[in-house]
Amino acid sequence: MNYEAVIGLEVHVQVKTRSKMFTRVAAGYGHEPNTLTDPVVLALPGTLPLMNKAALDAIIKAGLLLGCEIAPVCKWDRKNYFYPDSPKNYQISQYDQPICLCGTVEIELPGPARNVMGEHKTIPLTRIHLEEDVGKLNHGATDSLVDYNRAGTPLMEIVSEPAMHTAEEAYAYLTSLRATMIYGGISDCDMEKGQLRCDANISIRHVGETKLGVKVELKNLNSISFVRDGISHEIKRQLAVVERGGTLVQETRDYDGQTGTSQSLRSKEMAHDYRYFPDPDLMPVQVDEAWKQRLRAECPELPFDKQRRFLEQYQLPYTLTSVLVWDRTLADYFEEAAKLSGKPQAAGNWIANDLLRELGAAHHALADSKVRPAHVAALVQLVDSGAVLTNAAKEIFVEMFATGEQPDAIADRKGLKAAPTDVGELEQWCCDAIAANAKAVDEFKAGKESAINAFKGPVMKAAKGKANPKVIDETLRRLLAAQG
Amino acid sequence: MSSELFFQPIAQLAAALDAKKFSSVELTRAVIARTKAVEARVHAFNSFDEAAVLAQAAASDARRAAGQARGPLNGIPIGLKDVIAVAGQPLTASSKILANFVSPYDATVTVKLKHAGAVLWGRLNCDEFAMGSSTENSANGPTSNPWDLARVPGGSSGGSAAALAAGEASATLGSDTGGSIRQPAALCGVVGLKPTYGLVSRYGLVAFASSLDQIGPLARTVEDAAIMLGAIAGHDERDSTSFRTEIPDYRAELKTRRGPWRLGIPKEYFGEGLDPEIGAAVEQVIAFYQKQGCEIKEVSLPHTRYCLDTYYVIATAEASSNLARFDGIRYGHRSKNATDIVDLYFQSRAEGFGAEVKRRIILGTYVLSSGYYDAYYLRAQKVRTLIRQDFMNAFREVDALLTPTSPMPAFKLGEKADPLALYLCDIYTIGVNLAGLPGISVPCGFTQSGLPIGAQLIGQPFCETDLLAIAHAYEQAHGWNTKFPFL
Repeated sequence: MNYEAVIGLEVHVQVKTRSKMFTRVAAGYGHEPNTLTDPVVLALPGTLPLMNKAALDAIIKAGLLLGCEIAPVCKWDRKNYFYPDSPKNYQISQYDQPICLCGTVEIELPGPARNVMGEHKTIPLTRIHLEEDVGKLNHGATDSLVDYNRAGTPLMEIVSEPAMHTAEEAYAYLTSLRATMIYGGISDCDMEKGQLRCDANISIRHVGETKLGVKVELKNLNSISFVRDGISHEIKRQLAVVERGGTLVQETRDYDGQTGTSQSLRSKEMAHDYRYFPDPDLMPVQVDEAWKQRLRAECPELPFDKQRRFLEQYQLPYTLTSVLVWDRTLADYFEEAAKLSGKPQAAGNWIANDLLRELGAAHHALADSKVRPAHVAALVQLVDSGAVLTNAAKEIFVEMFATGEQPDAIADRKGLKAAPTDVGELEQWCCDAIAANAKAVDEFKAGKESAINAFKGPVMKAAKGKANPKVIDETLRRLLAAQG
Repeated sequence: MSSELFFQPIAQLAAALDAKKFSSVELTRAVIARTKAVEARVHAFNSFDEAAVLAQAAASDARRAAGQARGPLNGIPIGLKDVIAVAGQPLTASSKILANFVSPYDATVTVKLKHAGAVLWGRLNCDEFAMGSSTENSANGPTSNPWDLARVPGGSSGGSAAALAAGEASATLGSDTGGSIRQPAALCGVVGLKPTYGLVSRYGLVAFASSLDQIGPLARTVEDAAIMLGAIAGHDERDSTSFRTEIPDYRAELKTRRGPWRLGIPKEYFGEGLDPEIGAAVEQVIAFYQKQGCEIKEVSLPHTRYCLDTYYVIATAEASSNLARFDGIRYGHRSKNATDIVDLYFQSRAEGFGAEVKRRIILGTYVLSSGYYDAYYLRAQKVRTLIRQDFMNAFREVDALLTPTSPMPAFKLGEKADPLALYLCDIYTIGVNLAGLPGISVPCGFTQSGLPIGAQLIGQPFCETDLLAIAHAYEQAHGWNTKFPFL
């Protein structure tokens, strides 16, 4: 009997704001424990939450980027449960009226080959809401310590519909969602810093069945590859249970990416009753059209839209677009270089190959690169005009990356320019080469195009390798044509 | 008026301080001495810090000498209910769970009183977490009513009312969730004002029921209450439920607003359960206003009978969540007997909270539970809207409502052992909180046995100016606040 998996993801994304969700104390990562706290974060008696508008801006923007409906009113609820990482023992969240509803995430599945675009799908979202993050527990041998630095950081929960069927789709979803959040400046989505966290709801059912099977919630998928591996593992586990004739139970399982195994945390019977109710300390906030309009104006073009435009506007090969579009600053960088040089593909190649390689080797970010789009454009033009040859240009690029000098100056300084500008001398070498190889002349005239290459070697040799191949080619053709 | 400094109203003290008849240090010393003389019998304070208060008094004198006095509260000793945070002072909410807690920060009202130059004096006893109507639910033991030490001062701001009545402070702050300022004010013979919800910031007030809690003054006179309100009212961005509104000069407005007013008498507030002596006293108040040319009109608040039930659903639901933070993890009482984290919660809270607080947490947890939310909490919110609507309907015809504050005068300590009997103390005050309205209790006489009686005036939202003026007109024509308990 054939089964299919049904997967829904709950993704938590920390919103990049200067201060926390409900107080002015700074949000941050990697600080001394319990230094990013104040009476509100520690839930001292008498403290009240004060909403951070920047966090609300960010989630509305996220919603607009993902095509969500934005609720006219932002309402806050309390989610009540006891745990030491939660200072108030309730979390301020949004229960029945999330700020964003519906929306979609576009994904691309792996293509048949690396250079062929894969299938695109649209994964529907259920909702996005805003809440506050909790602190972190550090368990020692005999005691546990709590660090509240993270507590109160604005956190978005993005819930997809159960609309994915493979671990690959989930992987592609997370990749696309992450890129969108980074694009919008909403979060840095660094999973190592916990800025993006993912739980997956997984069930299996017979193919053709429309009802959902028994759901297992998989927690602690702490990297994008753990998400793929964990889901893949869970689907196999569920299939194995069913194939053994066993019964699946609704439960929450903890995935260990190191060992590739999962353990049951709690069953449905032990599920929390969160006793949600509207937070009486926070007034609902009206989100009017002008507010949305202001944020809509800040929304960037999304990666897949950009890719479609790059394919059409610049006629770039798919592989090149897929390197360029996922990083917004890289894509912008490319567009500037393409505009300045007038040769999009050549500029794109320098950026995708040489620039990224050098940046990677130097562990530099693009923003720190001394090579700016104007450098790339200048280099493209030098090569295109024949002033420098490709090999020399590669050398120029490395130098340019190290010093930030203009390519023309480097070529001059290092004597890397294609040399003989003396047309008479070049023409003489060409005449000599033609005279020395009558067989090739006959072949060329008979229509064998490649026969012309037989003359180029001797000419280049005579020019000591510094002649412009394009000029050689033109001269040879002119002379051969003149021979009639 | 009494010649004793500790019995004089703020307005009189401020004039004398300005005239250099005595200093704030002298006034403060008089209050401290009075406190030491009577406190063993009254027990209005959880704690006080003599050195800190004298330092503030000296500083206020220095400001006055330098011509930098900050208005009528400069140098006046003000007591704060022990649910309002003062940096560096204990903040216990009269609970064992916060027995050793010292607040590192100031409540917004504290900041405002400091700005006004007030001398902050002591931490006043109350029912634990402001839950109660007699101050008997305090982990520190009950406060006595200065008019009869065998009786309760009312609650939950019993310490605030008793301290004032006994001359242990010149004015005090209380908090009012269901009557906790007005009822003890009535039982102790002082003025108690519960402002409109949102007029005074709740930042730094230990939360009981967030949508009902409001800080307000207890004072010897309506004028003093106006001075106090002017100092603490105003929008605070730290409290998103605080309202952006112009704050008038309440004290100056007392002289400009003269009526006659249209007063509504809600018939539901004069029925069964009202002590006849109180009923008669309030009739006299009605007669006074009538004589003044006020239009007296009987009105109906038909949902009054649901007030108590509605209140005990909403208040306990919010309390169950607000009090979750007291877990022994970050501060407060932590049990030494716990074996694991869940046990730590159970033990710390079992040892730290008193019976009434536990009762309300359990009730609140229940009404919010899955499957019960719609039947209790959601329905209570709907009824709350109806209750508010009752008041708003009445205000189409009248400027304010006049009622008894409490159905009974001060009762004996230990007399009301049944929690439900105690809950009935608040039947006339709770509706005001549910509707978010301002309410003031003014002394309107004594029972034959010498216990104070209070009348309540209920105003329209943010119309404290009118409410104070109406109360002031009555107070000026009577002299109930010139009587003091013999201690």
